[in-house]
Amino acid sequence: MIPEIGHFALIIALLVALVQGSVPIIGAATGNVAWMAFARPAARVQFLLVLIATGCLAWAFASMDYSVLYVASNSNSKLPLQYRIAALWGGHEGSLLLWAFILSIWTVAVTFFSRHLPDAMRARILGVMGLVSVGFLLFMLTVSNPFERLLPAAVDGRDLNPLLQDPGMVFHPPMLYMGYVGFSVAFAFAIAALLGGELDAAWARWSRPWTTLAWLFLTVGIMGGSNWAYYELGWGGWWFWDAVENASFMPWLAGTALIHSLAVTEKRGSFKAWTVLLAICAFSLSLLGTFLVRSGVLTSVHAFATDPQRGLFILVFLVVVIGGSLALFAWRAPSVGRGGTFAVLSRESLLLANNVLLVVAAASVLLGTLYPLFLDALGMGKISVGPPYFDAVFAPLMAPAVFLMAVGPLARWKKAELPDLARRLRWAFAVSLVTALLLPLLLGHWTPMIGLGLFLAFWVFAASIQTLRERLPANGQPVLPRVRGVPRAWWGMWLAHVGIGVFILGVTVVKGYETEAAVRMHPGDISHLSGYDFTFDGVAEVQGPNYVATEGHLRVSHNGQPVATLNPQKRLYTVQNMPMTEAGIAASLSGDLYASMGESLDQGEWSIRLYRKPMVDWIWGGCALMALGGLLALSDRRYRVTRRRRIEGEELP
Amino acid sequence: MILLCVLTFAAMADEARPLAANPVTEVQVRRLSEELRCLVCQNQTLADSSAPLAEDLRNEIREMAAKNMSDQEIIDYLVARYGDFVRYRPPLKSSTVLLWLGPFALLAAAGVGLVVFLRRRQGQVADDPLTAEQARQVAELLNKES
Repeated sequence: MIPEIGHFALIIALLVALVQGSVPIIGAATGNVAWMAFARPAARVQFLLVLIATGCLAWAFASMDYSVLYVASNSNSKLPLQYRIAALWGGHEGSLLLWAFILSIWTVAVTFFSRHLPDAMRARILGVMGLVSVGFLLFMLTVSNPFERLLPAAVDGRDLNPLLQDPGMVFHPPMLYMGYVGFSVAFAFAIAALLGGELDAAWARWSRPWTTLAWLFLTVGIMGGSNWAYYELGWGGWWFWDAVENASFMPWLAGTALIHSLAVTEKRGSFKAWTVLLAICAFSLSLLGTFLVRSGVLTSVHAFATDPQRGLFILVFLVVVIGGSLALFAWRAPSVGRGGTFAVLSRESLLLANNVLLVVAAASVLLGTLYPLFLDALGMGKISVGPPYFDAVFAPLMAPAVFLMAVGPLARWKKAELPDLARRLRWAFAVSLVTALLLPLLLGHWTPMIGLGLFLAFWVFAASIQTLRERLPANGQPVLPRVRGVPRAWWGMWLAHVGIGVFILGVTVVKGYETEAAVRMHPGDISHLSGYDFTFDGVAEVQGPNYVATEGHLRVSHNGQPVATLNPQKRLYTVQNMPMTEAGIAASLSGDLYASMGESLDQGEWSIRLYRKPMVDWIWGGCALMALGGLLALSDRRYRVTRRRRIEGEELP
Repeated sequence: MILLCVLTFAAMADEARPLAANPVTEVQVRRLSEELRCLVCQNQTLADSSAPLAEDLRNEIREMAAKNMSDQEIIDYLVARYGDFVRYRPPLKSSTVLLWLGPFALLAAAGVGLVVFLRRRQGQVADDPLTAEQARQVAELLNKES
């Protein structure tokens, strides 16, 4: 009964979304205020309906209703409750429902925080979001229904993929989707502005906080996923250039470009058309990413053919959304004014150059991800595009981007002078160059990639210090008021940029100086790695809720001092009879000690992989700083001021 | 008996032996297996995979490495057997020209486009110096407004 309620709620939600996607937009076009006013209530009702549907599916999972096909395929009675709920987004149908649900959350948030917008603008924004929702709801109801019944019901479920049974599964997908779907708000703002022909600085100001928030979620989501892979997959990698990762990385790159372009549009009125195009791109890449990951096309192009309706729907939907918005762009963009003027060298031009690099990088990732699919589909052979390709292509694109990123905040708006910039950044350049040349000698060995990485990291740090010095000149006042005098948005920018430096430093050091040993250990054996002594104390059996594990015990000491114990596990999930590794990690800022269990060899001997990963946590630390920067920017006074004004304004008669 | 105990203890507190018989060839095996695909996995390098078939293939590479075959010879052998699919670094040939040159061609095109755009814009700045002032005023008004 409850699954039918969910199904029914989805059908009604589709009808409401159709109203939300048409009536307000027509109203805005014809100036009909009553029709425009439909947008807000429709969006809220739709939210409630999708909430009911999601709740019903969650209920089916929690109450182990194996007469629902999707529940039976993705859950099991032995699965702990938190994973039973998280299994909701463990498969294709449920993740689409999560998508639609999160879209309705963003939409309802827009209804609450858009009172200062003109009626027509708000109607169009909510209308566009309603249209996107129509696509997803229609997709679920026609070819991908999560509430489909299985009769007769299964005795027990087939279980959630053991790889996904991890706390990461509870947080990572919702975070990532909050990011993906959040770009739909920027997209809706852009389309609404194109429809209304009101591409002005106010439009940029309104869509900025939404875009920053979506970018923030996406950053945290990607960071969480990378960290999850690091401890779960058992060999300590943190990024694999897997198509699934690329699917989230492309919108991130486009979103990063969008944030910066929006800043110029708001402050200087320039790049309006470019900003709109980026908003369309960021959301299109999000859509593409969702479907790439969820359509099965990645495993094999032929997975598409096994379920042609689904594939066809996806293609048509993508063509309608992307093609439609690009056509609208082509039609409307030429009428956009050009805004503030600027010189060939200025903060504007530097930001634009960085934008171009980010977009080219995103396009390259797209090319590398889709190329094997196209070749295969065209019958031109099967190839693999993997980390060696992406490393070779990505580094030369990102190195200049990072270099320019550090210069940008120091350049003046409108017109900057190269000699002046060079004079201010002289010392920063010298410091980073010397560090890049000498620090590796101290750490052990030097390679061009280590040199480049260290140079960029310290270039970012040194240039950030210079930026800070100029922003907070020593004028005899105490530090704290001076720090407070600078807007939080500026601090957000500064912190996010420093985060990039921290990230690069972590990547460079761990790639350059990581050590590992693959050893066979009897209980009592000692292995030495980078000055650390790993003593193996044997294994013990551990019984989990739905798995049995062999847990290895390793004591680690450094110069005779005990520093850590590592307990890597080798689990066997009993339902699918699938082995999984769970690494034993002792994390610290200077580096991680990492152990993972291999196979049981003869006579109590085990093969064990040991790693020392210096500064690996700086990778995620850098991402966390970027996210924190986004948070600071969002808490900036000007957004709060607008809200307070709005409230004050409403109190007036 | 005591001797036996001591011997056993000594055997127990042993230095762990490396998994690989030959650490020198192991470096080569490692380097190669990071560039090669585990053919039965979803999307994993040979180095990362724990699938039995990946293990077999690593052993095969190990044997070839022990025979002093170079990286290129080993890759050629594997490509002859499994096709380009086994390589994560696609070879440069007619069907992959776009893949390898695409990003850099795009970068060059974008760079040229950017320079042309900036120069053309600057030309227009000189034509109409008033616009800059107006734009500034507009920005100021906007800032005051909120």
